[in-house]
Parts: sequence; C-alpha cells; structure tokens
Amino acid sequence: MDFNDTPEEARFREEASSWLAENAPTDDAFRALSPLEQAKVWQKRKYDAGWACIGWAPDFGGRGASAIEEVIWRQEESQYDLPANFFLIGQGMIGPTLMAWASDEDKARFLPQLASGEEVWCQLFSEPAGGSDLAALRTRAERDGDDWVINGQKIWTSGAHYSDYGVIVVRTDPTVPKHKGLSYFYIDMKAPGVEIKPIKQLTGDSDFNEVYFTDVRVSDSQRLGEVGQGWQVSLTTLMNERAAIGGSFGQMDVSLAMSVAAEVEIDGRPAMEDAAVRARIADWYVQEAGLKYTGYRSLTALSRGALPGPENSIGKLVGAPKMQAMSSYLMDLLGASGAIADEALAAKAGIIQRAYMGAPGLRIAGGTDEIMANIIAERVLGLPQEPRLDKGIPFNEVPTG
Amino acid sequence: MNFEFSDEQQLLREQARGFLTEHCPTSAVRAVLDGDQDWDAALWQKVAEMGWTATVIPEAYGGLGLSYYELAIIAEEMGRSAAPLPFSSSVYLASEAIQRFGNEAQKSAWLPRLASGECVATVAMAERAGRLALEQLETRRGGSQLSGTKVPVADASVAEVAVVLARSDAGLEACLVPLQQAGVSVEPVLTFDTSRGHSSVTFDGAEAEVLGETTLNPEDWESLLDGAAVLLAWEQLGLAETALTQARDYALQRFAFGRAIGSYQAIKHKLANMYVKNTLARSNAYYGVWALSGGSDELPLAAATARVAAIQASTYAAEENIQTHGGMGFTWEFDCHFYLRRAKLLSLAIGSEAVWQDRLVSALAAQSAAA
Ligand SMILES: Cc1cc2nc3c(=O)[nH]c(=O)nc-3n(C[C@H](O)[C@H](O)[C@H](O)COP(=O)(O)OP(=O)(O)OC[C@H]3O[C@@H](n4cnc5c(N)ncnc54)[C@H](O)[C@@H]3O)c2cc1C
Ligand SMILES: Cc1cc2nc3c(=O)[nH]c(=O)nc-3n(C[C@H](O)[C@H](O)[C@H](O)COP(=O)(O)OP(=O)(O)OC[C@H]3O[C@@H](n4cnc5c(N)ncnc54)[C@H](O)[C@@H]3O)c2cc1C
Repeated sequence: MDFNDTPEEARFREEASSWLAENAPTDDAFRALSPLEQAKVWQKRKYDAGWACIGWAPDFGGRGASAIEEVIWRQEESQYDLPANFFLIGQGMIGPTLMAWASDEDKARFLPQLASGEEVWCQLFSEPAGGSDLAALRTRAERDGDDWVINGQKIWTSGAHYSDYGVIVVRTDPTVPKHKGLSYFYIDMKAPGVEIKPIKQLTGDSDFNEVYFTDVRVSDSQRLGEVGQGWQVSLTTLMNERAAIGGSFGQMDVSLAMSVAAEVEIDGRPAMEDAAVRARIADWYVQEAGLKYTGYRSLTALSRGALPGPENSIGKLVGAPKMQAMSSYLMDLLGASGAIADEALAAKAGIIQRAYMGAPGLRIAGGTDEIMANIIAERVLGLPQEPRLDKGIPFNEVPTG
Repeated sequence: MNFEFSDEQQLLREQARGFLTEHCPTSAVRAVLDGDQDWDAALWQKVAEMGWTATVIPEAYGGLGLSYYELAIIAEEMGRSAAPLPFSSSVYLASEAIQRFGNEAQKSAWLPRLASGECVATVAMAERAGRLALEQLETRRGGSQLSGTKVPVADASVAEVAVVLARSDAGLEACLVPLQQAGVSVEPVLTFDTSRGHSSVTFDGAEAEVLGETTLNPEDWESLLDGAAVLLAWEQLGLAETALTQARDYALQRFAFGRAIGSYQAIKHKLANMYVKNTLARSNAYYGVWALSGGSDELPLAAATARVAAIQASTYAAEENIQTHGGMGFTWEFDCHFYLRRAKLLSLAIGSEAVWQDRLVSALAAQSAAA
C-alpha cells in the first residue's frame, strides 16, 4: 500500500498535467459554444492526442492505461472546468457492455466513435412500469425474418434528444418468468418510428425524455447476448453504472462548504469558527475521503482483473444524500438569502440552490437509495430478499396493481 | 389542562380546508409557480373576504379579535395547500409588528386596511448572506428618510407597505415605509420558490416613519419572531402533512416486483418516520400556540421548539415524498416539488434551523437558571 505516486506514476501525472496545461480549452470562443458542443470539441481533442478513454485498448481508441493511471488522469482533468457528463453513460456504462457482449465488427465500428465523442449514446432501460423493477419492462420486440420489430415506451432516458445510438432492453417472450424473457439490442436513435419527447424536471431543465417506439425495425445483428439473455447483459451495464457514477457529485464538496463557511458570519465571527459548522464539515469530509479511497481500492481490484461488483453501490448511496444534506445546510448558513437562485446575486452563483433541487434526482437515478441499500444487504451481505410475488411465474401472470 | 382545539375551532378547520380545497387546488399553485405573477391575487381577495387576514387584529381596528389558535388553524391549512399568498409576510409578521410597536395613529391608519386585505404588507430584514445581526444593519434612517438595501424581501412586489428594520443614531428601529414612492425601487429576485415573489428593495432617501416613534428593544423584535415562528411552524406542518398524504397514496398505488411499494419496509419505515416527525412537530406546535396565545413566558422555548420540529418535519417529508415517487417525483409535472420548495423557503425565513436551535438552548438555560 502506498498513497503516493510511484516514480512511474509521477511521470505519468507530469505528462498528463503538462498536456492539459497546453491543451485544455479556456478561450472565449470555446466558452461561447453550447455545453454539448464544448464537450464534443474537448473530447475530440483528447481523442486525437490519445487522452480519451485512456483505459480502453488502443484498438478501441484508448491507450490501455492502468486503473491507477485513469485515476491520475481524472484527478488532473478535474482541475479544469470542462463538461464531461454527456459521455458518462456511453463511455462509462455502454462502452464496457459493448466490449463484453458486442461482435468484433461492432466493437471496431462503435467504440472509437464513442471514445472520440463523435457519437453519443443513451440508455433505454426504465419504463413507466419498470424502474427499480427493471425486469418488469413491457416494451415488446417481435421477430420478423432477420429483423425485430419494437413497440412500446421508455421513460427517463437521459440525453435521448442528443444521442445517436441507444441500448435498449425489451421483452421478447412474455410467457416465461420475467428475467428470462428479455433481450438486449443497440438501436439507431434516428430510426423511423422512434419518437422522443422531453420531460421537464423538478429543476426546470429537460435532460431526460420519454421515448416511444412504433414498429421500429432493428436487425438481429444488433442484438447483444442471446435471445432471453437481456437481463445478464443489462447487469453488465448497471454494474458499470455504479463504477461510472461513483460518489462525486458536482461541486458540492468540502472545499465549497469551507468557502461558504469562511464568507458567512455567525454572531460576528466567521462561521468556520463555529463548532457545529466544523462538526458538519468534518462529517462530510469523512464521507468524501471514505468514498474516494473506497474508489481507489476497488480500482486496484479492477486492475487485477476483478469485475465491478455490487459493493460499488456505496458511492451513490453515500454521495447523493450527502449532496442533498450539504446543499440544504449551506443554504441554512446563508440565511434568508439562501433562497436566492439568481446567478448574479446568489452566493456561489446559485450552484448550492441548483444542487438542492438536483439532489432528489440523483437519489433516484441509476438505482434509488433503497435499491442500493437492498443490493448491499442482499448481494454483499447475503441477506434474503423480501417475499416476492413475481418470481418463478410467467411474466404475463405477475400482479401489477 | 386541555390539549385539544374547541369545537368551534375544529369547525373553522373544516371550513378552511374545504375552502382551500376548492379555491386553491394545486393547479392554482402551479399557475403562480409557472407564470409571471408573484401571487394569486384573486385567491387573496377571497381569503380576505373569509376574514382570515383579520383573524387576530383587534375589533377596534376592524379585525375579528380572535386568538392565535384560530390563526394557527388557518396557517396549517395554508401550508397544506401551499397557497401562493403573502399570508405569512402580511399577517404573521407585518400586521403583528404594527399592532405591537405602532402608535395609535399608525395602528388606525394601517390595521383596518390590513384586516380587510385591501392592503398587503411585508417585513424587510435581511441585507446580506448569513444570520441577521441586528447591530450590524446598514439600512439607516435620518430624519424622515431611509436609505439602504434589503434582499431578499418576500412579497415586496405585491405589498403596499413594508416594516423595515433599520438603525438611526438612536439605535434599532422598525420603520414603516410605503413602497410605492419615488425613493423606493423594488427589483424582482429569482428564488427557488417562484410561487412566492421575492425582491431586492432599495431605499434611497425614502419617506419613512418610525413605528411607535421610538427605538426598538431587540427583545421585542425577537418576541415578534417567536410569534411568527409558531405560526410558520403550523404552516410547515400543513406542508408536511400533504407530503405524507401524497407519499402514502402513491405507496399504495405504485407496484414494483409484483407488490405495492408500500409493502416494502424501506418505504414503510420512511413513511412511519414522516409520521413520527409530523406528530412531534404537531405536538410542539400545540405547545407553541398555547404559549403564544396566553402570552406565556415559556414562549421563547415553545416557539423555538415548534420551529425546529417543524423545519425538520417539513423538509424531511418533502424530500422523502419525492424519493417515494421515484422518477415521477423528480418531474415538474408532479406536484411533489411544491412542498420541497416551500418547506425550504419557510425554513430559511426568520432564521434557519441552527439559529432556532441556539435560541432553544438559550431559553432552556434561562429557564433552568430561573428555577
Ligand atoms: C435524473 C434521472 C435520470 C435518469 N436517467 C435514466 C436513463 O438515462 N436511462 C434509464 O433507463 N433510466 C433513467 N432513469 C430512471 C431511473 O433508473 C429510475 O427512475 C429508478 O430506477 C427508479 O425507478 P422508478 O422511477 O420507476 O421508481 P419506482 O421503482 O417506482 O420506485 C418508487 C419508490 O419505491 C421504492 N422501491 C421500489 N422497489 C423497492 C423495493 N424492492 N424495496 C424498497 N423500496 C423499493 C424506490 O426506492 C422508490 O423510493 C433516470 C432517473 C432520474 C431521476
Ligand atoms: C437502475 C438500477 C441499477 C442497478 N444497479 C445494480 C448494480 O450496480 N449492481 C447490482 O448488483 N445490481 C444492480 N441492479 C439490480 C439490482 O441488484 C436488483 O437485481 C434489481 O433492482 C432487482 O431486480 P430483481 O429483483 O428483478 O432481480 P433479482 O431477483 O435480484 O435477480 C434476478 C436474477 O438476476 C441475478 N442477479 C441479480 N443481480 C446479480 C448480480 N449482481 N450478479 C449476478 N447475478 C445477479 C439473480 O441471481 C437472479 O437470477 C440495479 C437495478 C436498477 C433498476
């Protein structure tokens, strides 16, 4: 164990940081682009220089870097304020799924474009009747010669409106138990019959969508895994979701808390000197550091060939409620002016208020707090599931309320 | 001892609930949240006709002369429906300030119009981020002129007059300042709850008169805030009750893994925790309104207890109601977020949780020193 860089790692860090210093765009022309365009420009620049998805094999557009090097790269890159979230789902979750399940032709066709940011992907899993209970999804795919015909509806699909491709889980056999009747495909989001409708979120933004499928044809060659193996393929995506999302949530971190506490006074003294405020900051730091080092530990395991496991659920389970609690508390410190959301007037340009409104979504997206806790209890600790009425019977006989 | 509201008071509750269910459905809240308006003016009119703005104003000034018990009941129902109205600003704070600190002429001039609802008033306290420090206020009065900036001021855009906390050479004062005058500019300020308007109010030599023509004893201002804390606690309790009801209804109806989600202990316990917090908040709010009505010297303790409990109950219920709804709860289209916005907004008004925890313990210490 060594928390410091080895000489080799230090060299890598130096290389990464000097490349970033020379190439990270900060100019006004770049800042004038939309966030998505910024993300694409930056991603392509990284790709061309061999700094995109560095852990991926060179054939797929990466440089075969080690897990530790990925951490070092992320640490260095995070010192710049650059948009990256647009590729989180594609590169973090779908890339690894394609690597595990796609044909060699498809890997060669799609992974480099995913790494370069030229193609954006979304995840078409959740449905109105199947969120936590993903395997309850109802969207149907029926075989028609070499094709499948998809009918149904997905919901909460982040980024569907700017995505080129998506991965979708569909029901190919409703007469067998729910997990056995699913299959997994990738689809062209511009295909005829795909209709995307934005959903307005609590925050006022529209980052996710409803996606309707009417007689959408996909070729059987777009299937990942066997017919009926869709649940296993989905789990590859979901497990990587844990690893990709992790516990780092925007700018709601201890350094922000310290900065607010230094600017605001309590009884004529900086809030930083208040014992209760210090205790809160200490608690958050314990969580932040614990998550960071848990992440490093699991990366070490990954670098030895382990797959991302259910223990990764801890990141979001700790991180999302922490984001909610911290933003709430920081608004409290600001007092009445904590309600101000106007970027020009609010402390920290309103990011605290935006975080408080966004946090409920993070406690739900990618598996709710309750599902994450169940995963830890059941898959890590081996506790039994609560009694189930949906197991071992054909899907079309499961109670639906 | 008697720990219940009277029959007439229960009747008032039923009447208030029926009225707001009819006239303030969630679509009315949504209209203000989504639109350019800072309030539901038509609803205010109707609420005034019901006499709610007159509840505790003495009959001599055109009020109903009822007790804080009646006002607490109305406050809870206002919270339950998340009414987009300047009720807390005008009724719990400004009318109270004028009644407590005004001289005869000021009371005669303003209270009847506040009672009838034709005039809306607000209170302007905060000037910058952080806890309100009375000795550091930068808004100054000299002669009949007031200068300084208050931000955020709730409901200033719909108020005719504001009670402005300021300082003069003599010390702390509450000044009465009509807002429609040349020396006052009211600029809208975006907050996370646009179902209540907020503003930045700048006074530049504005005409102002000192309430009661004398300096304000800080303890008297705190006592005013104690009263407002009790009434806000009732309003937040109403919010918390709606959040719990919504969560319970959804938990019964939403199925996952072949069962209602309410059959999972994670959800059951969440709802039970909401119920526990709401019940503690309600009982503490009873204690608070009792102390407020009787002018008990336990008010500082009772008010702080009620406020801390209500802040905790309402923010928890609002946050976990969304969580119970899953993705649906995170949409604009579902109503869950109204209660999150309002619960947090009311938690930040008149001093946030830590301020009142501090006051609570000070009141406890004072009590045990006296015993
Ligand atoms: C911001 C955001 C972005 C998203 N992006 C995507 C995306 O890109 N692609 C995609 O496919 N999906 C996406 N989702 C959907 C997300 O995965 C689901 O919302 C989530 O899994 C919950 O499902 P649900 O909304 O149907 O809630 P439900 O499953 O109906 O849950 C309702 C409540 O019941 C609880 N519950 C359910 N089952 C149990 C149980 N067994 N034990 C205890 N409690 C239980 C839940 O924890 C929750 O509190 C996104 C969601 C959000 C909020
Ligand atoms: C948005 C979202 C994110 C999720 N993220 C994760 C995650 O990061 N890690 C995770 O383990 N699960 C994850 N899951 C799945 C979760 O563990 C539960 O399996 C799921 O919520 C409940 O599914 P179920 O009860 O229908 O399936 P279960 O009854 O739990 O399982 C159905 C079948 O899948 C198998 N299975 C389930 N989980 C695993 C596993 N981890 N490894 C091998 N086989 C398995 C079971 O043995 C069983 O045969 C996620 C689910 C959702 C909705």
